[in-house]
Amino acid sequence: MSKQITFTLNGNDLTVNIKEHLTLLELLRENLGLKGTKEGCGSGECGACTVIVNGQAVNACLFLAVEAHGKKITTIEGLAWPDGTLHPIQKSFVENGGIQCGFCSPGMLMSAKALLDENPNPTDEEIKHGLAGNICRCTGYVQILDSVKAVRDSD
Amino acid sequence: MKDLNIVGKSIPKLDAVNKATGRAEYIQDMEVPGMLFGKILYSRHAHAKIVNINISKAKELPGVKLILTGKEVPGKMRMGFYKDNPPLKSDKVRSFRDEVAAVAATSPEIADKAAKLIDVTYDPLPGVFDPKQAMKKDAPLIHEEHKTNVLRLPWKLHYGNVDAAEKEAAFVAEESFSTTWVTHCCLGTSGAIAEFDHADNLTVWSNTQIPSLAQKDFINALKAMGLKNKKARVIKPCIGGGFGSKLDTYAYEHIAILLAYHAKKPVKILFDRQEEFCATSTRQPAIIGIKQGCDKNGKLVFRDISMILDNGAYTSWGATTPSVMMMPITSLYRVPNVRYSAKCVYTNNTYAQAMRGYGNPQATFAIESNMDMLAGAAGIDPLEFRRINMNQPGDITPQKFSITSCGLKECIDHVVEKLNWHGPKEKGVGVGIASLIHVGGGARIYKSDGCGTMIKVDDYGKIDVFTGATDMGQGADNVIAQIVAQELGVFVEDINVIHSDTDICPWDVGAHASRTTFVAGNSALGAAKKIKQHILKHASELLDVVTENIILQDRVAFAENDSEKKIDIGKILRKAHFSANGNMLMADYFYDPDNENMDKEFKGNLSMAYSFGAHGVRVRVDEHTGKVEILDYVAAHDVGRAINPLLLKGQVYGGVMMGLGYALTEEVILKNGNFMNPNFRDYKILTAKDSVPVQAPIVETIDEQGPYGAKGIGEPGCVPTAPAVANAIYDAVGVRIKDLPITPEKVLAGIMNMTDVVKPEV
Repeated sequence: MSKQITFTLNGNDLTVNIKEHLTLLELLRENLGLKGTKEGCGSGECGACTVIVNGQAVNACLFLAVEAHGKKITTIEGLAWPDGTLHPIQKSFVENGGIQCGFCSPGMLMSAKALLDENPNPTDEEIKHGLAGNICRCTGYVQILDSVKAVRDSD
Repeated sequence: MKDLNIVGKSIPKLDAVNKATGRAEYIQDMEVPGMLFGKILYSRHAHAKIVNINISKAKELPGVKLILTGKEVPGKMRMGFYKDNPPLKSDKVRSFRDEVAAVAATSPEIADKAAKLIDVTYDPLPGVFDPKQAMKKDAPLIHEEHKTNVLRLPWKLHYGNVDAAEKEAAFVAEESFSTTWVTHCCLGTSGAIAEFDHADNLTVWSNTQIPSLAQKDFINALKAMGLKNKKARVIKPCIGGGFGSKLDTYAYEHIAILLAYHAKKPVKILFDRQEEFCATSTRQPAIIGIKQGCDKNGKLVFRDISMILDNGAYTSWGATTPSVMMMPITSLYRVPNVRYSAKCVYTNNTYAQAMRGYGNPQATFAIESNMDMLAGAAGIDPLEFRRINMNQPGDITPQKFSITSCGLKECIDHVVEKLNWHGPKEKGVGVGIASLIHVGGGARIYKSDGCGTMIKVDDYGKIDVFTGATDMGQGADNVIAQIVAQELGVFVEDINVIHSDTDICPWDVGAHASRTTFVAGNSALGAAKKIKQHILKHASELLDVVTENIILQDRVAFAENDSEKKIDIGKILRKAHFSANGNMLMADYFYDPDNENMDKEFKGNLSMAYSFGAHGVRVRVDEHTGKVEILDYVAAHDVGRAINPLLLKGQVYGGVMMGLGYALTEEVILKNGNFMNPNFRDYKILTAKDSVPVQAPIVETIDEQGPYGAKGIGEPGCVPTAPAVANAIYDAVGVRIKDLPITPEKVLAGIMNMTDVVKPEV
């Protein structure tokens, strides 16, 4: 069964016809060609596919695309400013060594953004909690946490 | 050495912006026009004869283009250094991960569905899952033609006289340890795309750590397929983590090649997470017996180690990890008499491969746990015991390793100071230490330990560096760019490092043995020095200053003693190019270190330099639950020189966390060969919630042979972690854990069984 949905993706309104069983991750990667969002496990355990739906970080691999109807979705491709300037969170990850192989990075960055949008002054423990759903095998999390703390502590 | 303005600076990873914006392209993201999707069908038994494979139903499924079984695989197409592993099995299966058939179809979903429709009839055989059982005479044979389950590998050495030394020893400690299977858990799963051109030349896109050796494997595969004198090109997309997992070629790559050849279409195979767990190779598990002795002053007099390694059903690099285990066994601390033997035994379990440390974490777990036991027997403080025995610059070890730079003492000092080792401890809190030695100046495992670099410079001072090295996230590109920029007096942003294509890049043995900074770094430095000579020669003519007095810095060449005499490097290049008999600056350099292959007795200076380190940890053990909490962690490493402290610390932090997983939580649970926890819910890798306070002091010993003095650091961070934690637990509650991982259950059982264990003084 096919269904038409309308939603806002990275600031642009979009209407698409999709199969009802499609996940948001499949819609983004396969139908729309936005390959920045990664699939690390396909079962909601690693967080590599994290995107922001109406302000909340969600695993796109577990989120049915039809549920996106009427919602605002931000992916890694929409994180930088439209002129290409890096979002402060991206800049901080780049400068503080929060990125190694980079496969977890899009999801990690989106989780960090959702966390800081909701709570601009999280405690160290709250940051750890906010990123607990995103697995990283390279960094040992130290420089990822440093990156988020640096954004929190700026201004 | 003159002031360094680029080497030694924490310059962000060159590809970090691409990765932070979702632009980086991994194998997951790649498509080749017209490509089909491959899917592998795995065995349903640990050990069984294949009676029949019926593909008729699968073949009828619309969209299915090709189905291959073991019968279509040429007999000579074999993988692994022991050549015991065909990409598809035809006669029998020897483990659950055995590949029995493969499908190529127009979509991943169809391929998946078709694979499920393949009907395989098996005749189950008795399996053997314990290497000790597999060594028995009546054990089922895994490879009948091999006649025995014990591999014919030469892992045996004896230096000095261990038996005589044991008789003389004042104190002896003996124990058995074991380590289990753990797996790399790269966030980017494995995958490959294979494509043939009109003349049957092959291109493979694969996230490999060994492009040059993979190319050789694929050429051999082509030969086995009857395609002689054909070319194989290996292109690496961005790699989603390596850690050793990509040091061999796998069945999925060879199957993609076979499917692409027979289907006459490009074929992509991409693992899902369960496949990544079940069908890639683990770290080698080991059963370790160790005995060490010292004299009355605490000096080590002998070390005697024997191991049994569960090889699994096939042979990849896991079976060669004893060659690296020999390094800590013979050379961690000064020990004059050493004996070591290891048996690798076929079982119906999964087979092992390289994983960060390549045997060193297993060996060091036994050595350093037993060091504490021996210190206890001798009544010497564990810290003092290590100081008595630590390696020193200028040492030649029994295996003939030549220790040049060695900062082990300074590393131990850092641990003592930064961990507040002698500070007060409450009940249930303990501290532990463990040291490490690792190759830090290449490792001559293969016939060549070399790496090539080519540099071309354009008319504006932009520099393309073509390297054989592989960046899989660890930062090789930065190391190379920073070295070249430093040498040529330009900025890092002027450097473009190209490392992705065997058609373009020179040869390199691979991203293993923590060798890239040292070997690829020296190679890049050699090529940069040649370019520098060209630039200096032209600058000398233009400035009328002798080359010795010209400095290259910040894109400018200037006279050392007369800053008025200066010229932009770009201008020099243009003048060199656009003049009569013009000259475009290019250079190449192949660096193969002067290290030695080990001889028949396993002696020889394997590496040009050795990396040292010491880890210290403070833990709190809950005596009611057995839960271990890491309160503080210090990982001090002698790295020669930190080319980039930010990225270097990233390697240490990542290594420590991987090591803590190895110590405390990670375990592939195999039940009669069947992988019981192939997902991130049940295979417990640590998350941000589990992150611990880690300090990573850097000791710079400026190694004479290293590029700007640098040594390798990729693997060491995860080597001494488990024994440091085990020693701290003993210090806290008096329980000696001998089997990894150190689960709360084991600690609690230890606490409850402690009636005959003497509690340490707290």
